[in-house]
Amino acid sequence: MKFRANLVIGGVLFASVVIAGIFAPWLAHTDPVMDANLMYAEEAPGGEFWFGTDAQGRDIYSRVLHGARISLTVGIVSQLINTVIGVCLGLSAGYWGGWWDDCVNGLTNMMLAIPSLIFALAIMAILNPGLTSLLIALGLTNWSFTCRLARASALSLKSQGYVQAAKVLGYGDIRIMLTQLLPNMLGPIIVIGTLGMGGAVLAEAALSFLGLGIRPPYPSWGSMLSDARDQITTAPWISIFPGLAIFVTVLGLNLLGDGLRDILDPQARTRRA
Amino acid sequence: MNGQPLLEVENLRIDLAAGDTRFAAVQDVSFTINRGETMGLVGESGCGKSITALALIGLLRHPLMIGGGTIRFDGREIQKLPASEMRGLRGNRIAMIFQEPMTALNPLSPVGRQIAEMFVLHKGASWREAENLAVEALASVRVPAPERRVKDYPHQLSGGMRQRVMIAIALACGPDLLLADEPTTALDVTVQAEILDLIRELSAAKGTAVLMISHDLGLIANMCRRVGVMYAGKLVEERAAEDVFRSPSHPYTGGLVASLPLLGARARHGRQRLREISGVVPPVSAFPKGCRFNPRCHASTDRCRAEDPVVTALPDGGFVRCHYHE
Amino acid sequence: MEASYGATIMNSPPADTILKVEDLAVHFPLGGGLFGGRRRYLHAVDGVDLELKQGECLGLVGESGCGKSTLALTILGLQEPTRGRIILDGQEVAGKGMDRKARARIAQMVFQDPYSSLNPRQTVRTTLEAPLRLHGITAPSEIEGRIAEMLGRVGLRPDHAERYPHEFSGGQRQRIGIARALILEPKIVILDEPVSALDVSIRAQIINLLLELKETLGLSYIMISHDLGVVEHMSDRVAVMYLGRIVETGGWESIFTKPRHPYTRALISAIPDPFERSRGDKIMGEIPNPLDVPSGCGFNPRCPEARDICRIPPVPDLEEIGEVHFVRCRRAREIAAGDAAPASTG
Repeated sequence: MKFRANLVIGGVLFASVVIAGIFAPWLAHTDPVMDANLMYAEEAPGGEFWFGTDAQGRDIYSRVLHGARISLTVGIVSQLINTVIGVCLGLSAGYWGGWWDDCVNGLTNMMLAIPSLIFALAIMAILNPGLTSLLIALGLTNWSFTCRLARASALSLKSQGYVQAAKVLGYGDIRIMLTQLLPNMLGPIIVIGTLGMGGAVLAEAALSFLGLGIRPPYPSWGSMLSDARDQITTAPWISIFPGLAIFVTVLGLNLLGDGLRDILDPQARTRRA
Repeated sequence: MNGQPLLEVENLRIDLAAGDTRFAAVQDVSFTINRGETMGLVGESGCGKSITALALIGLLRHPLMIGGGTIRFDGREIQKLPASEMRGLRGNRIAMIFQEPMTALNPLSPVGRQIAEMFVLHKGASWREAENLAVEALASVRVPAPERRVKDYPHQLSGGMRQRVMIAIALACGPDLLLADEPTTALDVTVQAEILDLIRELSAAKGTAVLMISHDLGLIANMCRRVGVMYAGKLVEERAAEDVFRSPSHPYTGGLVASLPLLGARARHGRQRLREISGVVPPVSAFPKGCRFNPRCHASTDRCRAEDPVVTALPDGGFVRCHYHE
Repeated sequence: MEASYGATIMNSPPADTILKVEDLAVHFPLGGGLFGGRRRYLHAVDGVDLELKQGECLGLVGESGCGKSTLALTILGLQEPTRGRIILDGQEVAGKGMDRKARARIAQMVFQDPYSSLNPRQTVRTTLEAPLRLHGITAPSEIEGRIAEMLGRVGLRPDHAERYPHEFSGGQRQRIGIARALILEPKIVILDEPVSALDVSIRAQIINLLLELKETLGLSYIMISHDLGVVEHMSDRVAVMYLGRIVETGGWESIFTKPRHPYTRALISAIPDPFERSRGDKIMGEIPNPLDVPSGCGFNPRCPEARDICRIPPVPDLEEIGEVHFVRCRRAREIAAGDAAPASTG
């Protein structure tokens, strides 16, 4: 097996963020919300505060660790919602065709025409800011690529002999979709899902930065950046470390997605001697 | 010049690179084709017949490469020619038609233009002259209403018409050698018959030699004077077409002939159980030691498993590669 | 006369009809319609009558686009008929009248391409087990027994069950495809070009296997093939299709030794004869556009025997000209008379 740099580096980066998030309560030095101490406000990174402190004197290292939990929750859960919606709509549209396909196509085109962040903003403005609303907003606005992909795969797979054979054997439509089509289109869907997760992490940061996502004082990377706006020249570390965390996560997810594409690409696998 | 064969292939070897190892996908293949002669090459998928043709026209690409032997075309060793000279030969003096004309034609260009291109490229004709020649070329492959058809794109034509266009392109410059790789496999039998007639007539009229490649033994025997049978990268038998069917020498050829349900056989002899050839065609990476057919041969001995047979000339002018030829 | 298992066919008891197709038509709508313009229909299958007897193999031949595949898909319920009746094993199947599962237990199919017809992500066991479970066979011992028995029947080893399709050669894959078609113990199997995608040296194995299975399991086959050698070898009766209609049908012997329709003759003479370098009758030109069918007999523009009478509508009827030998040609009797004079050649 060839050494795949992007897969390994991406995997390591993403895994370290996941570990940081899971073990945040043990790895963190202080409580990210409660332990404000104006005595230590805007301390530069050093021995006691590895990443420095913010304007309220909270330990940025601890807040970045806890922020990973929120970013990952948002990234993974919202992308899961997107994938489920996209696959359900795309797979059924491609398989059944007809008026249902026209409907799904119309809806997908509409979703693609509206910038998803603006759409999410609108949803957040209606719902109250918070984790649940964020999951709903991001989970409902980013399924169109997955849907397109699932539809295209279903269209090409449904003419395969084994799908015809399943029909002849008396399988129902839903069963055919789940047992014959879905397993054979999973590769590219996983790739798109991984790449989309990076997008969701960014979108969460953007919404929180705009004040429509996670509300302070809870430590989300986006809201931390938002808080740090005024001190960007005087205390740059307050924005650098959450920014770096976003960068590492998204880079990791993108590399991982590319690497998965390389190994899951059907063309790379169907080598016949 | 006249006594010399048009094409002489000697001990051709084609390597397949897989990582650090090289497999000989084709080995010890030697044959000659005289001017105006039609020769056939039969074999199953993976026997190396198609890559042999690609080697002749200089189109082998990585991971395939010529690993040894010589290919002499009209007295010149072409496996050593620089790419620019090979391009001059290709299409001009050696032409090729493929199984699926849709993938071999440019979908974005009218077929007339694709034919005309050959005259511009190889004969230095102006585009205007070339377009007229293209109409003539289409007429010569019996495409109805060629003046209108030249403006059609490949997708507007049926499979049979596309293959006619391919033949028109291939024969445009009056090549000395036409390589036809499964030219009718994708077509209906009735269309196949017409395409075969066309190849036969045009090659005879222009004195073009043809190397016909197919898995269909009956078709090859019908089209060609001489037939080479390939198995697992080696030429196992070369005979006059009639003899291959009447008295096959190699057990593989014999097995193939006996395993085919020939049209008319049941009416003559009643339904006989077809003789099976056991096993499967080995992949390039696992060609057996000794005679490559030995694991599937009904008459193999220890000698077949140990020793690679050499070719033996047969009294009727052909040859066979078997220790115990019949 | 007939050697080996040919004889057993002749001695088998008088057969019952297992499949009856009456006046079946499948028309596909084509474009148009939305903005005024009259909707046009492609008549893929246009009034086909067929009968398949228990234990019989019916060969279905014709060029691509003649409707033979559509006919097969309609019998299997994968395509809705426009009109006509299909009676499967005594039960009327009108469109969705019979549900997919009930139909599945009567008619199955073996596909042409052994590579695309097996799900690459299912083991052989899953491929065979899932249909059994779907049809209510859930006892592990019975499933196990039936899979083992079926693998044995098609010439595979029990340990092959745990493997994935890519671990098999083309011939073995086709064996798996046959096992899948037979696992529900159907009565009719539709074979769609069962050997044409296989290596030449493997074809005999599969042909012999199919004939053996037909004998031992009492199956009835409809075999679609363009390889007339295979059709002659395997079929008991043959139906020749052209432009959605049956133009000639009869016992294999009459079709291959006394073909009457000029199209059947042309098909047979188009097969390259390995011993003869010249050919007889030629068909001129290609299949007409199915949207613009010639008037009268659809074959007239390509027919070497065509006369004015052949161009007059309507389409000629399928007439009986010999014992269970039907031809859709107005000149069939004249052609037969012409044959009788000079010695007929095969």
